[in-house]
Amino acid sequence: MEFALTEAQEQIRQEILRQCARFGDEYWLAKEREAVFPHEFYQAMVETGWLGIAMPEEYGGAGLGITEAAVMMQAVAESGAGMSGASAIHMNIFGLNPVVVFGADEQKRRMLPPLLKGRDKACFAVTEPNVGLNTTQLKTRAERRGDRYVVNGQKIWTSTAQVANKVLLLTRTTPLDEVNKKTAGLTLFYTDLDRSRVEVRLIEKMGRHAVDSNMLFIDNLEIPVEDRIGEEGQGFRAILHGMNPERILIAAEAVGIGRVALARASQYAKDRVVFGRPIGQNQAIQHPLAACWANLEAANLMMLKAAQLYDTGRECGAEANAAKYLAAEAGFRACERAVMTHGGMGYAQEYHVERFLRESLIPRIAPISPELILSFIAERVLGLPKSY
Amino acid sequence: MKILVPVKRVVDYNVKVRVKSDGSGIETAGVKMSMNPFDEIAVEEAVRLKEKGVATEIVAVSMGVTQCSETIRTALAMGADRGILVESDVELQPLAVAKLLKVIADKEQPKLIILGKQAIDDDMSATGQMLAAFLGWPQGTFASKVLIEGDKITVTREVDGGLETVELSLPAIVTTDLRLNEPRYASLPNIMKARKKPIENLKPADLGVDPAPRLTVLKVNEPPKRQAGKKVASVAELVDKLRNEAKVI
Ligand SMILES: Cc1cc2nc3c(=O)[nH]c(=O)nc-3n(C[C@H](O)[C@H](O)[C@H](O)COP(=O)(O)OP(=O)(O)OC[C@H]3O[C@@H](n4cnc5c(N)ncnc54)[C@H](O)[C@@H]3O)c2cc1C
Repeated sequence: MEFALTEAQEQIRQEILRQCARFGDEYWLAKEREAVFPHEFYQAMVETGWLGIAMPEEYGGAGLGITEAAVMMQAVAESGAGMSGASAIHMNIFGLNPVVVFGADEQKRRMLPPLLKGRDKACFAVTEPNVGLNTTQLKTRAERRGDRYVVNGQKIWTSTAQVANKVLLLTRTTPLDEVNKKTAGLTLFYTDLDRSRVEVRLIEKMGRHAVDSNMLFIDNLEIPVEDRIGEEGQGFRAILHGMNPERILIAAEAVGIGRVALARASQYAKDRVVFGRPIGQNQAIQHPLAACWANLEAANLMMLKAAQLYDTGRECGAEANAAKYLAAEAGFRACERAVMTHGGMGYAQEYHVERFLRESLIPRIAPISPELILSFIAERVLGLPKSY
Repeated sequence: MKILVPVKRVVDYNVKVRVKSDGSGIETAGVKMSMNPFDEIAVEEAVRLKEKGVATEIVAVSMGVTQCSETIRTALAMGADRGILVESDVELQPLAVAKLLKVIADKEQPKLIILGKQAIDDDMSATGQMLAAFLGWPQGTFASKVLIEGDKITVTREVDGGLETVELSLPAIVTTDLRLNEPRYASLPNIMKARKKPIENLKPADLGVDPAPRLTVLKVNEPPKRQAGKKVASVAELVDKLRNEAKVI
């Protein structure tokens, strides 16, 4: 058993931290205030080849595992870029895994290199306003007409749709009452985000203003059959395949944002003198911070365990979900403690921890809620009756 | 043309260094270490010379603890071709480093050695100059511009009061100043390639050099804390304080 990153993984971490140091607090604060996509950061990651970290070598990627991708994404968040930085590139790192696993060679050659080279930006449209976490109930309808599909429906929370030109879209091709299994009848596409057929409406949200999330109103979007990923009706399977790695990456990002918040809080606790002593000399200040460290690092070990299981081809559902749950909660607590440790200054934008706190709720909510993770673990690990 | 680039592992420039409680040196346990920034500039310059077709091979050398191999990997990821690690648990001072580099230069026969003008940990600014003396090669130190034509190298130096341009004949030593170039960020594909590049492992004894320190550090102290400034009410009071308190006029 080995509890340390390999030298190569450590090098990835250091190199990302070094690169991200170019995009400091002021950069991210400005992007947040102006609510504009961090194009410069994105471009820097493109130019140095990082977007392809976990994609196959034959399509221009580096062919590394989800462990390395997690190390990378954690370092991005931990650099102070937080979820703004992580979400800006998250989709590029593993989002097209369904294409890698279920796509034909022609599709991989057509779809992967432009994404890795930054020529294409993709968004991921699964969640629907009237469906929620019950994904098998998706209503957005795709109907086959000759060599095309015609899609109508609504999606919600689709992140980066303001800047993306491609969309990975989960649709229903067979009505629910005609399928014999709940998970059947869904079909996945990777296609052009045709704005003449898809209205993209920004959602005003709590944080991460640099990276948009949106409502999509899809009105007779035409998709050529060549853009279908896998067989018709097999969309749920294709999505399922990418879920565990996605949870692992989110967990890594959540630990990253928790770590940076904790580092800021510790520094402030050392520097700020009240009642003639640094506030960090009071146990009421130190203990919660120490507990945050312990929780973050424990969550990180669970994340690395899940990643290692995945990379060695083993079942990792329980661990990936547990890691996402633990990391999101620990990240949030650390951000909350960081704000409280700063006192009034914690509420001031110039100390950045309030931004981290607002962003730290995202890994708790998306792509799956803590409640549903616990329901899953209760059912699958503890053998309790299914509750959802 | 072969270029040799020595690279030193130092406390990262972002780290606020702390003096050990016994005053014997600075705290390095658990502290982030990186390549000396001036050495990054040296690697960058060598890589640019290779990209221009002037250089054919770049050899990165680092000396010290085992982890110096990570510093070499960084150089390899930036574009150096292979590495040499001289492993030593003894603290290596500039004199020992220069002697070791001399032996390596004799073996490798580079046409050019590019070093940082100083390392940001001890600020000695001595290794390049000592190495030039040992090899009997000309040196262009504190370079802000380097131009190679045939067997000549023109080095623009940053000196007090302006720029000085010197012409040296190769083989030569160059030490880098801050404005020579802006080092690149290693790309992921190059980091991956770097992992397959060879690093040769040596010990000072293999090179016939006794690395024992010649200088003894007596004590390391924190710089004195800065006193708060004072506000004066008038010019007369300022002049009075400068004359009678600060005694500078
Ligand atoms: C910033 C942000 C970015 C996002 N980006 C994307 C994106 O790019 N693409 C995309 O497709 N989606 C995205 N999402 C959507 C996200 O994945 C969903 O919001 C999330 O899956 C929750 O779904 P819901 O909002 O429909 O919640 P609901 O399903 O409505 O659930 C609401 C609450 O009820 C609870 N609940 C529901 N059912 C049960 C039950 N049976 N037992 C116990 N509790 C239950 C949930 O846990 C939750 O607390 C994003 C969301 C956010 C906030």
